[in-house]
Amino acid sequence: MLAAPLAPAATFAQGWAAERYQVEDRKSGYLYLGDQTQALQDDDFLNHAFFAVERGAELWSAVDGAAGVSCASCHGDAAESMRGVTARLPRYDSERDGIINLELLINRERERKLKAEPYAYESEDLLALTAFLAFQSRGIPSEVEIGGAAAPFFEKGREHYFPRRGQLDLSCTQCHDERDGMMLRGDRMSQGQTNGFPFYRLSWHSMGSTHRMFAWCNNAMRAEPYAPASEEYLNLELYVAWRGRGLPIEAPAVRR
Amino acid sequence: MLAIVSVLVVSAAAIAGDRELVPFEIVDGGIPDPLTDLAGDPVIGKQVVTNAANATCLICHPMPIPEHPDHGNLAPPLNGVGSRYSAAELRLRIVDAKVLNPDTIMPSYYRLSGFTRVSEEHLGQTVYSAQDVEDAIAYLMTLTDG
Repeated sequence: MLAAPLAPAATFAQGWAAERYQVEDRKSGYLYLGDQTQALQDDDFLNHAFFAVERGAELWSAVDGAAGVSCASCHGDAAESMRGVTARLPRYDSERDGIINLELLINRERERKLKAEPYAYESEDLLALTAFLAFQSRGIPSEVEIGGAAAPFFEKGREHYFPRRGQLDLSCTQCHDERDGMMLRGDRMSQGQTNGFPFYRLSWHSMGSTHRMFAWCNNAMRAEPYAPASEEYLNLELYVAWRGRGLPIEAPAVRR
Repeated sequence: MLAIVSVLVVSAAAIAGDRELVPFEIVDGGIPDPLTDLAGDPVIGKQVVTNAANATCLICHPMPIPEHPDHGNLAPPLNGVGSRYSAAELRLRIVDAKVLNPDTIMPSYYRLSGFTRVSEEHLGQTVYSAQDVEDAIAYLMTLTDG
């Protein structure tokens, strides 16, 4: 029943002081949760996302694909080699001449190094591996690069955040900047920070990526969502990560 | 068979809103004339405004209906709206509150144009049908002396 905690190099969320969930005016979604949901995240033995972390650890060392190697064959102990990686993602990638995130980096490595099929976006295996890797950065402040070649893509992400969308005609900022802390039906509106992703969402009974959450928000506005891994969501992911700059990675988080 | 088909059509239309607007006139911050000939029904109106499948007021507004859980509080309570506003004023606020305040987050429940990237499911439709608007007003007018 209980998932074993992994990777002793990572810091456990349990016992974090409250101020670690806030940097200046930027607040983790954790602070908007009720006590019971916070308790689920606080204890890695109760946090449902640790089933995904455990599965991700298996995938990390599992040989897959025509090359006959695993992630661990090259990268070794993820607790060392991957520490901090997620905190600097997403980032500009010259090959794509666009933004790349953890999900797409994993799939590129699978195709090139493992000679394996890429995982489907939002598949259980990709969520497991991203949860495992993001967990290796737990406690490290999120700090994405928005200058240089990333700048135009960051700007597109920023421009995505402010216009109204959908039949209900609402923008990201109207809820997540201007009304955080207020109740949207039974849910307390958060700032929409992404330092806990991938997360376990109780209302979904499953793990989810940032792009699934973006699509969920678009659907709630009755706006046509973009595809996972679309340029629009990758650029938005960069903008939103920057918005939460300095917040320690707390993946895998639990949210309502 | 016909009966089944017509039931399905009616229930779909109840959620889907209208694909064409009935003409209406805005006078002094309100829409004085009802959108439909059939007078609004407050009992049906209560179902309309609490319908969780169709952008219920409760997402954002507290309302004096404790039998429904989890009222939002992004927007002002609707307690007493029937005393504060006339039916004409409520009609404009439901139809298109942005006529009065372009910056409001209140969705326009009876508008078809001026949106960006409306989902395929809702494209070309109003949130409420004209009759939904009238039923909702009839119910909200019963919320007096908040």
